[in-house]
Amino acid sequence: MYVAVKGGEKAIENAHAWLAEERRGSTDVTELSIAQIREQLSLAVNRVMAEGSLFDPDLAALAIKQARGDLIEAIFLVRAYRTTLPRFGYSNPVETGQMACDRRISATFKDAPGGQVLGSTFDYTHRLLDFKLAAEGEVPLAPESQPRSEPIPHIADFLQDEGIIQDEPTSDATPGDLTREPMEFPAGRPLRLQSLTRGDEGFVLGMAYSTQRGYARNHAFVGELRIGKVAVEMDIPELGFAIEIGEVELTECETVNQFKGSKTEPPQFTRGYGLVFGQSERKSIAMALVDRALRWGELGEENLGAPAQDEEFVLSHADNIQATGFLEHIKLPHYVDFQAELELVRKLRLETDGRTTPQEAAE
Amino acid sequence: MTDQTKTANSERQDWMGLLARAPEDVLMELWAEMGGHPRFEWLRSPEVGGVMVRGRTGGTGAPFNLGEVTVTRCTLVLQDGMVGHGYVQGRSKRKAEVAALIDALMQTESADEVRARVITPLGCRMQAVKTARAAKAAATKVEFFTMARGEN
Amino acid sequence: MDAQSQFSGGFQNAPIDAAHAFRTAMTVMARPGEIRRITGGQPPAPLSLAAGSLLLTLCDPDTGVFLAGAIDTDAVRQWLTFHTGAPFVTADQADFAVGTWHSLAPLGQFRIGTAEYPDRSATLIVECEDLRPAGSVLTGPGIRDTAHLSLPDVPALQANAARYPLGCDFFFTSGDKIAALPRSTQIRAEG
Repeated sequence: MYVAVKGGEKAIENAHAWLAEERRGSTDVTELSIAQIREQLSLAVNRVMAEGSLFDPDLAALAIKQARGDLIEAIFLVRAYRTTLPRFGYSNPVETGQMACDRRISATFKDAPGGQVLGSTFDYTHRLLDFKLAAEGEVPLAPESQPRSEPIPHIADFLQDEGIIQDEPTSDATPGDLTREPMEFPAGRPLRLQSLTRGDEGFVLGMAYSTQRGYARNHAFVGELRIGKVAVEMDIPELGFAIEIGEVELTECETVNQFKGSKTEPPQFTRGYGLVFGQSERKSIAMALVDRALRWGELGEENLGAPAQDEEFVLSHADNIQATGFLEHIKLPHYVDFQAELELVRKLRLETDGRTTPQEAAE
Repeated sequence: MTDQTKTANSERQDWMGLLARAPEDVLMELWAEMGGHPRFEWLRSPEVGGVMVRGRTGGTGAPFNLGEVTVTRCTLVLQDGMVGHGYVQGRSKRKAEVAALIDALMQTESADEVRARVITPLGCRMQAVKTARAAKAAATKVEFFTMARGEN
Repeated sequence: MDAQSQFSGGFQNAPIDAAHAFRTAMTVMARPGEIRRITGGQPPAPLSLAAGSLLLTLCDPDTGVFLAGAIDTDAVRQWLTFHTGAPFVTADQADFAVGTWHSLAPLGQFRIGTAEYPDRSATLIVECEDLRPAGSVLTGPGIRDTAHLSLPDVPALQANAARYPLGCDFFFTSGDKIAALPRSTQIRAEG
């Protein structure tokens, strides 16, 4: 039975009014602007765009402000907004080989063509709190060198030329879209990648870490990590040709994994792939590791029963909005449900107290 | 398709792509400075929507859906019957309108003026930003050197 | 067709017009046999005003459209492409199929959904000479006692209803008039 109970309207209204006031914080402190969040908390903005599945920095910054910095709440807001947008169409696959790289490193080849470009990285910092940031001040401009304009080749291309890495045959198959059709298992690699790229960073990181610690170990090298902008191109039916409709910042990670070969494949290197909106380095490396672990079937490897090899487990639990929705709903009123449980337990207790079992008598 | 229309299409692809990626404030500034804005009627008034961006597995393999990007589009017709389409990144209806007006004008006798006063300066300003970033990235490129080891 | 007319004939005020048209489409589907007027679009011939307005309301880049027979013209394709972005597909992949009853036959070529997803079926938009509240007797959900509607082919539609919960759903259009027949409606020949 479902019993509707009314009430609490005034309390809810007042709670939301207080929320608005608390969000603002002390009025002695200057209010944050959307532009400040977009420019100065850009990695939070990137995470909200990646997991909110919508590239729009201003919108993500607004969501972060509205959510008081709770990123999952902000992702929720962006997802909700996304569902109201008419879908104009699908882009042509982005050409990450043409990326204008802000950062591009390889852990496998020191002298990779294109070089090791560090970009604006936290790597090699000492993780010491910088108290100078607590005071406002001018930041000196970063040094510049002669820029290069030619595209930087993918590392995997070199291994591919030598024929010692698993081939990644190109295709024009239409991928499934989990925002339109409910996921079914086995999902296949395109749907897995869509699910992982919008999955919770913490969850994907944890899964990836588990493979490193030995649960379906596949020894990954970061063959390449690149961050930069790529153009987004779409066919416009009324024009009869494709045009660029914008530009997005992406982080791409390709791992190169040891592989002894299987019944179906010769010894060679295999690949895991991560591609994420924005500057999202940790997420894209983690995505590549989990992608690789989930590929055991197509590579003819053994299923070791590790969590990261279980497609249904990983994909069903990667989405933080689904997870938090189900989790947090249990704090909402369940008065009637619980009343029934209470009656049941009281009844059972009465029955237990009122009888002496043969076992107890024997003791 | 003749070679001539191919060239025309590729030029149009260039300016539409530039307008799509243009920072709104810069575009509006150049457009306002040019003046002489034509009258028009809507064929499709500006609407905000999403385009699903696709990637490829391993960068080269099968396509997969990455996530959406916000796009605003519109279509209008000038009084002389020339049709212009605006497809721009983001949620600005005003930017889409200006992009569509420029697209229409670029197919008329006004093309040279619009190119000189909006398209070319816009392209230069966007390229300058891109080059400045590339220069900073270049400064973070590692130059390896080998340390002498052992006896000799 | 010149460029300007290819790009004209859409909803003038898309959110409002589409909301009105959707309300009408939903009402006639919920009340099988009821005939209403649906307007807003100005599609190229031979598409009727009603069928055109319905397509503007229901189609987008995710819905495959099959144009049957004489409806399949360049003008209709260009118009639909610009205003909805809907891709053109074969009959067996269609989410929506448009044409005269004769050109849509045989009914068996359209998707009827699956046991898990009965909604993965085609909706047929049947262009008719006329629509009258007369002829076949309709009963079932959304009908108080009985309703009457001029239907093109009673045995074929009865066979479709017999597949329930699978099967196709139908809109019938003529000029600016529209009526609908969901798969849940029971049909008796004129009686």
